Amino acid sequence: MSRAPQLKALVLIAPLLVFLGVFFVWPLVTVISQAISDPAISRVLPRTASAISGWNGQGLPGAEVQAALRADMAANTDEMAMGDVIRRLNASKSGFRSLMGKTVTALKESPDKPLAEIDKRWGDTAYWLAIRENASPYTDAYLLESVDLERGSDGSIQAKPAGSSANGAIILRTLWTGALVTLCCLLIGLPYAMVTASVTGWKRALLLGAVLLPLWTSLLVRTAAWMILLQENGLINQALMGLGLTNAPLALIYNRFGVVLAMTHVLLPFMVLPIYSVLLTVPGNLMGAAASLGAHPVRAFLRVLLPLSLRGVISGMLLVFMSAIGYYITPALIGGATDQMISSVIAFYATGSANWSMAAALGLILLVLTLVLYALYNRLSREPGQMG
Amino acid sequence: MIMTRLSKYRAALVAGAAVLALSGTAALARDLTVVSWGGTFQDAQRELFFKPFAEKTGKPVLDEAWEGGYGVLQSKVKAGSPNWDVVQVEAEELALGCADGIYEKLDWSKLGGKEAYIDAGTSDCGAGHIVWSVALTYDGNKLTGDTPKSWADFWDVKKFPGKRGLRKGAKYSLEIALMADGVPANEVYDVLATPEGVDRAFKKLDELRPNLVWWEAGAQPLSLLQTGDVVMSTAYNGRITGLNKTEGTNMKLVWNQSIYAVDSWVILKGAENKDAGMDFIAFANAPENLAKLPEHIAYGLPVKAAAEKVDPKLAPDLPTYADNLAVSIPLNVDFWVDNSEELTQRFNAWVAQ
Repeated sequence: MSRAPQLKALVLIAPLLVFLGVFFVWPLVTVISQAISDPAISRVLPRTASAISGWNGQGLPGAEVQAALRADMAANTDEMAMGDVIRRLNASKSGFRSLMGKTVTALKESPDKPLAEIDKRWGDTAYWLAIRENASPYTDAYLLESVDLERGSDGSIQAKPAGSSANGAIILRTLWTGALVTLCCLLIGLPYAMVTASVTGWKRALLLGAVLLPLWTSLLVRTAAWMILLQENGLINQALMGLGLTNAPLALIYNRFGVVLAMTHVLLPFMVLPIYSVLLTVPGNLMGAAASLGAHPVRAFLRVLLPLSLRGVISGMLLVFMSAIGYYITPALIGGATDQMISSVIAFYATGSANWSMAAALGLILLVLTLVLYALYNRLSREPGQMG
Repeated sequence: MIMTRLSKYRAALVAGAAVLALSGTAALARDLTVVSWGGTFQDAQRELFFKPFAEKTGKPVLDEAWEGGYGVLQSKVKAGSPNWDVVQVEAEELALGCADGIYEKLDWSKLGGKEAYIDAGTSDCGAGHIVWSVALTYDGNKLTGDTPKSWADFWDVKKFPGKRGLRKGAKYSLEIALMADGVPANEVYDVLATPEGVDRAFKKLDELRPNLVWWEAGAQPLSLLQTGDVVMSTAYNGRITGLNKTEGTNMKLVWNQSIYAVDSWVILKGAENKDAGMDFIAFANAPENLAKLPEHIAYGLPVKAAAEKVDPKLAPDLPTYADNLAVSIPLNVDFWVDNSEELTQRFNAWVAQ
């Protein structure tokens, strides 16, 4: 008897489960596996992968490894799979692309020609080391590279040479920009939410509408609007110059100022709405009660209203921060070269160079950051009493 | 009562199924989709090639614009049944994709054979469509008297004060930096192939860093020059001549030490309209059709017979004009195919500092 309702309930939530599986779990698993595994080489060059594991990395690998490579290349019929192999090897050692292209063509014509005669680069240990490094289907190279680390020739983890990679700096910049935007949203959003909650009627509708209307407008439209306002001959500069406040146009766009300004505007609703909804539950007569007990308005605010709105403030801050660190379009359109955030690096690896593993590894870093923050949020929102 | 209700449901079901079936067939018969680089260039292509081809075959041609990026094409093909058929790609994307097998092999017999093209315009997977240059550009109305003539002048901020625009990316920036540092044009790629050469190029870029403005879309350098945000910039040659014609500007282009490359048509592997795509490429690159392009936009033509038909008055504006070719260098595709990822990463790190 009790089975049937359970089954019915399961059927009812089945669409939800399918949705979560297809749009959440599956992509997540794919991203994680892309970041740590790349079976291209072990799949397309299986003989080479097993033969080269016995090589000690000194000098050149023996004849059996070279023969294995030749056999693998002769046996391969899938050009696109070979393309994946070449892309991966070229990412480890520049020059592999032309080397492999040349070798594949040469081996088609004369399968027995020694590799070193096809191209003298096969006599360079570095190319063989790159094959050995990538022979395993699992690797931490992408995750390490996404935070500017690499494995040395002896296998120990070390920092990449200065100037060759800036992922660490860009991740820090992403966090810093996110923090600035959060702070600006808080400074505007908290008083705004308090005013909104304290008025009634058309005033409240107007104030809420001013926050909600931008929320319903496309992000791209709002960003483009800021471009029109901020550019060198834009409305703001023209107005300032017309009023004689400045002689030359101010640099408002293509710098950090513009990015923070536009992102603050776009993300402000996520700060105002949670604080506002918390404040609605605060009885309106509390401030009056505090005053009747002799508290100065500032003291009443600090001791009564602020602690009571803190839950909304914290969820607002986390919402804004977590959205901000994933921003792509606004910094790309309004920022300069030194304002790009981590998503622009991910976009470069995905669309620019088809290096999906690197894009996945960087995405994973962003995801972990967000999850840590989410855990923090959960903890803080569960113990509101501890906060005041 | 129940019967009529049921039949109503059935009618609705049948109607729904019909709609589904119709949309299904519509999705099956996707129109030939041609993808190019947008802007005034694609407007010209639409008038000269897309519309006439659609009229000739009686089937519509859908045109879309893209901004490059090998990953875009690779992921479309890898996912199966790409929604683009014919794409205009840069030389590097052609070489990468042809090696990776993401393009269909072309039927050169329909294109008049490879000997009808200049060498850089032929590949198993791609047929050259235009020859374009990246060159030093300045506003002839603002810079008068002593004008810049080389990349060394581009770096000379004392003689020509003001900001400079460069295309954001390692490609072009590194070559230009080396030429500015005195490397002869024909040795640029030999020097760049060595680690010391790369260091030298970045060191030269360091010098200009406070004065650099980066651009990405082809229309940006023109507006930067027009507003006076930069005093000189690199730009695509076709757009310069086009702007002078349409807006009466006096942008000057320095052919000396410019870098030229060929853009080609490719057909994505597994594209549904690959036969129609092949016919389209043959139509667009037919000498009598292609020869009309320079009237609209000043790009050179890799099809020899088409290049001969071009109005001699227009020829000096094209990258393929003998005097222009003599002082410019071809983009070394092999070099960038091998080194693009490593140098782009380093360039991005350099820019981010």
